[in-house]
Amino acid sequence: MRAMVYRGPYKIRVEEKDIPKIEHPNDAIVRVTTGAICGSDLHLYHGMMPDTRVGTTFGHEFVGVVHQVGSSVQNLIPGDRVMVPFNVYCGSCWFCSRGLYSNCHNVNPNATAVGGIYGYSHTCGGYDGGQAEFVRVPFADVGPSRIPDWMDEEDAVLLTDALPTGYFGAQLGDIVEGDTVVVFGAGPVGLFAAKSAWLMGAGRVVVVDHLDYRLDKARSFAHAETFNFAEYDDIVVHLKKETDFLGADVVIDAVGAEADGNFLQHVTASKLKLQGGSPVALNWAIDSVRKGGTVSVVGAYGPIFSAVKFGDAVNKGLTLRMNQCPVKRQWPRLFEHIRNGYLKPSDLVTHRIPLEHIAEGYHLFSAKLDNIVKPLIISATA
Amino acid sequence: MTEPATPYTAGRSATPEDSVALRARIPGWGVDLDPKDRPSFPREQPGIATGAHWRFPDRQPEEQPRERSIEHAMLTPAFGTSVPLKGASGAIRRYAYRRFSEGRAAHWLLLIAADRVDAWENHLASFASLRPDNPVTETGIGSELPGKGFASRRTGNRVDVNHSWMDPVVVAGPWVLLAGLGAAGVLRTFRGRRQGQEQLRHAIVS
Repeated sequence: MRAMVYRGPYKIRVEEKDIPKIEHPNDAIVRVTTGAICGSDLHLYHGMMPDTRVGTTFGHEFVGVVHQVGSSVQNLIPGDRVMVPFNVYCGSCWFCSRGLYSNCHNVNPNATAVGGIYGYSHTCGGYDGGQAEFVRVPFADVGPSRIPDWMDEEDAVLLTDALPTGYFGAQLGDIVEGDTVVVFGAGPVGLFAAKSAWLMGAGRVVVVDHLDYRLDKARSFAHAETFNFAEYDDIVVHLKKETDFLGADVVIDAVGAEADGNFLQHVTASKLKLQGGSPVALNWAIDSVRKGGTVSVVGAYGPIFSAVKFGDAVNKGLTLRMNQCPVKRQWPRLFEHIRNGYLKPSDLVTHRIPLEHIAEGYHLFSAKLDNIVKPLIISATA
Repeated sequence: MTEPATPYTAGRSATPEDSVALRARIPGWGVDLDPKDRPSFPREQPGIATGAHWRFPDRQPEEQPRERSIEHAMLTPAFGTSVPLKGASGAIRRYAYRRFSEGRAAHWLLLIAADRVDAWENHLASFASLRPDNPVTETGIGSELPGKGFASRRTGNRVDVNHSWMDPVVVAGPWVLLAGLGAAGVLRTFRGRRQGQEQLRHAIVS
């Protein structure tokens, strides 16, 4: 089969690999029809996530067709069209049995601090991902779901991470009617978080980024007010002025490890790998939320220390809420919202890139060229 | 006298639009207003149906020794088998997993160092293969022109242009350094041999 393969920081190529085989009785092998590049894949691509091995196939957003199932699989048969959450999880451990699927304890021998994620380094379990023609899907009776007949394939692939993560980020904010919600980051997750904040009754939604074309999208897609932080001497002071000097009720960090806006923070994290992530957006979130407010973090950070302004968070009495999204828990409600026309996730898709050209896709996305927002990867077997 | 700003009094400014206007303007405004309609509320839902039909999963066979965090009591019942440990990078990773918990900076810093060693091992090995690494195709730099790279970077107030010049240094810098060191070594050897030949000639003449 053809598969994207990591060759070192900023370098990937497509190679011939063996089709994955059943390794556990509850495995399925899925033939990938549509995948995606996630903003968090760029942290791997830039060499920031520890134990990212040359030869690994990335990709945790994908949908496809069941090709083969293991001996204990009861809920799927070959030929089923399935969407697969980015979480690999067992469904039965202490965490899964409480709905914390992203914190599963039975799928990642390499780390206890994170669950399993497809194609996201050995720190997340050492599973190959879906930027390939075939992928191994563990615990096939637990994670994947059949794609409803009425659902568009591109909506389905965005339901495997980006949309649920944004929606989950808004939930972590515990938004109440009339709240002012600030979202840092106008990538797909930030845009979905902004849109979701309205569903939860926000009175005002503000999106902050430095890319004008993405801020345009925040206005048109997410109905949000926008600020380009590069146009202000100090975005925190500006946000204070905008919120009557009180601060926002809820701030969502949808940027994560490669946040821009502070040269030293960005370079020490993204280029020199001396921090688990550049906490610029997180520090701005802590500074711009009101005392007693809530900061929700759904941006991805590495496991190494980061220079976070924790004292301000303590002294302001903030509630900090964060996690990787337990995707499948979000699906029934998100399916309703899509059917009711409140959400149309595929509106964010800007690029459809054949798997053979994935290296160019990564460069476009990494360098933010050609007004790219969400690139999909189209398999030759689709 | 102007009214003091909000934090100094208990009052609070109204949002620009009220709920009636927001409901009219934004599709679905407020449909998840009740926390009970939010799927991750409460955070923990004991007994949630997951589809698992086991109390503890079957164990995946360990066909070769699998590294694991020492914070785990055992090898997890399922695990990824992509790219097993090998070479010098594998030795560093094995040591990081065996010796240091996830709570120790040494664990992660060794893994990051092993990643760099891994890249070097594989780049060098690729030169002995039928498909050597090609930095032009593998960096996807060919998308610069169709992606309007120059125009894209000059549009608006992008702050990433302050550091994007470092990306080629991250990719090519080590190779340039290696090439420079190699060239210096060759020159030194060549000069040393010439000096040796001249000393020999002087010795013969005298």
